[in-house]
Amino acid sequence: MSNNPGWVYTEKVKQHFLNPQNVLNVSEEEYKPDGVGIVGSTACGDMMVIFIKVKDDRIYDLKWKTYGCASAIASTSVLSVIVTKNGGMKLEDAYKIKPEDIVKELDELPSNKIHCSVLGDKALRAAIDDYFKKQNMENPYSKDFASPIVCECNNVTEEDIKLEVLDGAINLETLQQRTKLGTTCGKCIDNAKDIMKKYIDEFYSSPTFKGK
Amino acid sequence: MNVYLDNNATTPLHPEVKEAIISFLDYYGNPSSMHETGRMVKEKIEESKDIISQFLGAKKEDLIFTSCGSESNNTVLKSLLFSKNKNNQLITSKIEHPSVIETARFLKNNSIPVSFLNVDSNGLILFDELEEELSSKTGIVSIMYANNEIGTIQPIDKIASIIKEKAPEAIFHTDLVQAIGKVNINLSSLPIDAASISAHKLYAPKGLGLLYIKDFNKMKKNFTPLIHGGHQEQGFRAGTENTLGIVALAAACKALTREMDEEIKRIKQIRDYFEFRISNEIDNIIINGKNSPRLCGTSNVTFKFVEGESILLRLDLNGFSVSTGSACSTGSLEPSHVLMALYNDPELAHGSIRFSFGRENTRDDVDKLVAVLKKEIGYLRSISPLKNK
Repeated sequence: MSNNPGWVYTEKVKQHFLNPQNVLNVSEEEYKPDGVGIVGSTACGDMMVIFIKVKDDRIYDLKWKTYGCASAIASTSVLSVIVTKNGGMKLEDAYKIKPEDIVKELDELPSNKIHCSVLGDKALRAAIDDYFKKQNMENPYSKDFASPIVCECNNVTEEDIKLEVLDGAINLETLQQRTKLGTTCGKCIDNAKDIMKKYIDEFYSSPTFKGK
Repeated sequence: MNVYLDNNATTPLHPEVKEAIISFLDYYGNPSSMHETGRMVKEKIEESKDIISQFLGAKKEDLIFTSCGSESNNTVLKSLLFSKNKNNQLITSKIEHPSVIETARFLKNNSIPVSFLNVDSNGLILFDELEEELSSKTGIVSIMYANNEIGTIQPIDKIASIIKEKAPEAIFHTDLVQAIGKVNINLSSLPIDAASISAHKLYAPKGLGLLYIKDFNKMKKNFTPLIHGGHQEQGFRAGTENTLGIVALAAACKALTREMDEEIKRIKQIRDYFEFRISNEIDNIIINGKNSPRLCGTSNVTFKFVEGESILLRLDLNGFSVSTGSACSTGSLEPSHVLMALYNDPELAHGSIRFSFGRENTRDDVDKLVAVLKKEIGYLRSISPLKNK
């Protein structure tokens, strides 16, 4: 019998979980970030805060704090490394980082962990949004990522809801079966219902969609 | 070095069980065979059953061997599907083992009326709800003796007397999987009609369970076998016996008969020492179910501001085996249904760790564990956005 049955996640995840990089180890006031982004909630079991410092459109430093499982901690850590290497990523490129990019850096993650624990890209976008807001500037990149998250636990966006409604999901139950929206902490359900109603009204009351 | 603190999940084999298994390895006969090879095993099985029934305080004919506790639970509950009577309602609780909860859901989807009783924040079922639900329509009440996650013990006598008063015809079944070996139980004097037991929670191997039906010959008409076939187990559970498992369980029962009373005291001391240490040395913790009667070796602790899977994996890398009620540890991504039933607060479930002590653990294990816990909880809190907020 093997005395070393392998670990739950990849070696890369293990390294970042055991030795997380770029954790904020001073207070926020002391660190003086240019932008802060928060995503997730304690109800779903994962929550993270990303702090960035920006100079000449580059993120020259990034610090973070995460409450969550091993893959949540490792994915935030690896993201911080991606963003800060070689003098820091351009804001434009950083805004385009996708969960897949983070998963690739970790070699692999179980599929059921990607939705809930890879939140770093969203926190980073929130931090960049916050940076532009503090500068009183319009975020020139946000158009590419217009769809806001509705269900943070299961990472369902308004765009997802719109597409599901178009695809015939006209009650909450069907939407939940397809997307898992609101099945973890449930705090998004009221908001999701409103959004659903908006698209149902928009699509199903128009002559084109009537009768579907 | 590995310190195993997950004895509610399963237990290491007792040394005497190992010996019994090894000395029985060449007895391959089928106890149903008429020849000598079979008869020799048959004799050994009967002898083993005598020891097991003595340990449990049960009549031999009231015990049915199954493959596991889950099978025993399934057999009892699914009998409702075949009930010819109108009284086919199932009453159970929200903190049962999945083999009861999921079977109850299955029954519900198949038109059997099912009620799930709530529990209070100490993990005890709400008696007024039980009284309200009980009626002449009640077929089975299934309430676990001791909970696997938090170790809380239900007042079985009180539940039995409520059932007797409100629904005297109803069958009272209890899941004894966690209780046997940790509580002194005499089945004949326990006010129940049926019970489920598992061998691998009491230092015997996996793959063997027991179904207890009091006054089997009179009461068997209320139950339906899950597995039909040969005449084994009085025709109630077909399939060639797990002979090695039965011999092993008998060895475990023999050892427990001798050691159990002392072990319960010793393990409780270790558990209480652990809880005393962490209560004094780690802030912002909750010991779940602490205000209820509990199993001697179970300690379920919520560490605020940190998530259970992270704690579990960091303890594991330090050589400590524990389990968690965090959603992240399951495929379903849902937090512990037991802690959710207690608090309805996912954060308290996500940060929970179950330490379950057994016969191989020592006070020294606790000292090492507390040192590692302080370090790891401290670190995880230092990277958590929730602490010092």
